[in-house]
Amino acid sequence: MAKQVSPGVLALRKVVDDVHKEAREAKARGELVGWSSSKFPCELAAAFDLNVMYPENQAAGIAANRYGEMMCQAAEDLGYDNDICGYARISLAYAAGVRVSRKYDPETGEYIIDPSTGKPLKDADGNVIIDEATGKPKKDPKTQTPYLQLDNIHDIEALPDGPEKERRWEAISPIRQMRIPQPDFVLCCNNICNCMTKWYENIARMCNIPLIMVDIPYNNDVHVADENVKYVRAQFDQAIKQLEELTGKKFDEKKFEHACANANRTAKAWLKVCDYLQYKPAPYSGFDLFNHMADVVTARARVETAEAFELLAKDLEEAVQKGETTTPFPEKYRVMFEGIPCWPKLPALFKPLKANGVNVTAVVYAPAFGFVYDGLDEMARAYYKAPNSVCIEQGVDWREGICRDNKVDGVLVHYNRSCKPWSGYMAEMQRRFTEDLGVPCAGFDGDQADPRNFNAAQYETRVQGLVEAMEANKQAKEA
Amino acid sequence: MSDIFTLGIDVGSTASKCIIMRNGEEIVAKSLIDVGAGTSGPQRAIEAVLEDAGMKKEDMAYTLATGYGRTSLMDGIADKQMSELSCHAKGASFLFPNVHTVIDIGGQDVKVLHIDNGAMTNFQMNDKCAAGTGRFLDVMARVLEVKVEDLGRLGAMSKKKVGISSTCTVFAESEVISQLSMGTDKCDIIDGIHRSVAHRVTGLAHRIGVVPDVVMTGGVAQNTGVVKALQEELGCPIKTSPLTQYNGALGAALLAWQAASRRR
Repeated sequence: MAKQVSPGVLALRKVVDDVHKEAREAKARGELVGWSSSKFPCELAAAFDLNVMYPENQAAGIAANRYGEMMCQAAEDLGYDNDICGYARISLAYAAGVRVSRKYDPETGEYIIDPSTGKPLKDADGNVIIDEATGKPKKDPKTQTPYLQLDNIHDIEALPDGPEKERRWEAISPIRQMRIPQPDFVLCCNNICNCMTKWYENIARMCNIPLIMVDIPYNNDVHVADENVKYVRAQFDQAIKQLEELTGKKFDEKKFEHACANANRTAKAWLKVCDYLQYKPAPYSGFDLFNHMADVVTARARVETAEAFELLAKDLEEAVQKGETTTPFPEKYRVMFEGIPCWPKLPALFKPLKANGVNVTAVVYAPAFGFVYDGLDEMARAYYKAPNSVCIEQGVDWREGICRDNKVDGVLVHYNRSCKPWSGYMAEMQRRFTEDLGVPCAGFDGDQADPRNFNAAQYETRVQGLVEAMEANKQAKEA
Repeated sequence: MSDIFTLGIDVGSTASKCIIMRNGEEIVAKSLIDVGAGTSGPQRAIEAVLEDAGMKKEDMAYTLATGYGRTSLMDGIADKQMSELSCHAKGASFLFPNVHTVIDIGGQDVKVLHIDNGAMTNFQMNDKCAAGTGRFLDVMARVLEVKVEDLGRLGAMSKKKVGISSTCTVFAESEVISQLSMGTDKCDIIDGIHRSVAHRVTGLAHRIGVVPDVVMTGGVAQNTGVVKALQEELGCPIKTSPLTQYNGALGAALLAWQAASRRR
């Protein structure tokens, strides 16, 4: 039976589809399209009616579609080191014109199917059909996909107009993340990570386009000092000036205020959605929250996003009332998942959690995008606080608060090879979680975008160990 | 009441170990085959332990598998599988009832377990890097042209401290080669290797907290040089057992006994 999708989820999917569609249409009309880091003040771009795309979400999507390794390797071939963030590598390869494309027969124009792809073919009773010649399961042709290869839009553009050129354009993977327009400007705010600065400088240089930068220094203090607010406010003013020069328009304060109101409304609805994870059992999983990150990042200043999250909150309220959940197994244990998921390995990530009844009921990354403010000073303060720009005390406080509210039994930490600043302080955080909350923690190696940095067997042992430790804790408490 | 016999099988990355226990109290038989997951090792180890005990597989009330290759035995051989983490905790608690910290250095991973009342309540494991694991010592022994089981004895003859600073296995290998080409005494290099392993493992142990009694398990615990270096780094005594290599299988046999008792 097809999985039921709630009206809120459908509305959220439409928002992201629309953001992408509008950007592609704007580009086709010859209008400017920018690329932005996830926590750049989108309210500023909205005041100029600019279409903006988000490379971090794009890279996550590319990785989840299993193109991460190809794109990372393409970036490495361009000279970018393997140690650089996987999102950055994917984005830099894309900015250089690299695309994942479907292989086709030049004579027939047909895509060449990769026989290793696809799901097993099943009969009417749901039994797998075995190929008598090979003794292996037959593949369902509907689920098989073509061989993949890399192409480059600059090579395609250089071709003379004609069917071959059209065929190559068409052969580029149809996923929306592979169809994002090339940037005309970049908006960078390094609150979310420091690698961002060089990443965006490289895109700007590579594509010869303006870079609008908002610098947020790492904060050693829990509070944001007034001089820090002043520093960021001045940069907002500078960014507005640069955007005026870029667009040839005056800053529209009304549109800006409207965008701020929408962003605040979205944030409140998003935080409400996040809070539903506090219910026991939770009506959904933290991984579902990750799926909605695209909305809160790419479209938080749109009224449709606020409305879609409000609708989702309503759906969740109903699910709680009915005792329903999207988690396809009974919730035996509740954990906080620390860090960004390994997008290329989501099924492998989920498998041992499902097998052991572990529901992810707390994530720190998602609520970090739910910030509410009143006025420009508070907006500057809000943008000052992001997962990688705050001190360890603040980071621990956020996480332990979520762990308590969402009643977790343990913590699963992703030591993300792509994100050294985040993973670097996790060893100490793990120690504090156990000391302060009395819960076991397990860490595993992985990567948000590059599948080469994840080992399923190692991960499974760590999850199993965590489950056994949570069980021992539970039994000790009951005793 | 008749005796309950349980079988614990630890399919590691480099060796397969079995233990048969009577009533969760007494070790009846044990076996060790020097090849692990994905080889004939597990089957041969099972045959050997049954032969040693003079028993048949049907005599086992419960069989529990652990180790890297544990899931491969769920196809009709084992009744249940558990992670090597819990099994090492259980085995160490049986051998040393006052244990609170277990350091297990296996073929391809390092684990530090925190134990409360005989159960594992938290743990730390190494990352993907092989440094500090049994594999690291295998590689070094090969470069030095000595047997891995002789490392402890040879390291004890060291007269001069030599620092092996690299934590990467490949880099450390080239560092050892450089030392050899400079004419450094092998025993001094081996001692340096032991201290390098101890330093890395200590870092991991401190993440979780070191609470005495500290017990070391796994094949590397047979290397007296590593144990001594670890004691110095941690600043506390470390207990080991002649059954160290069997500790995972022992824990598995004990947990199998618990499961069998519940089933009754």
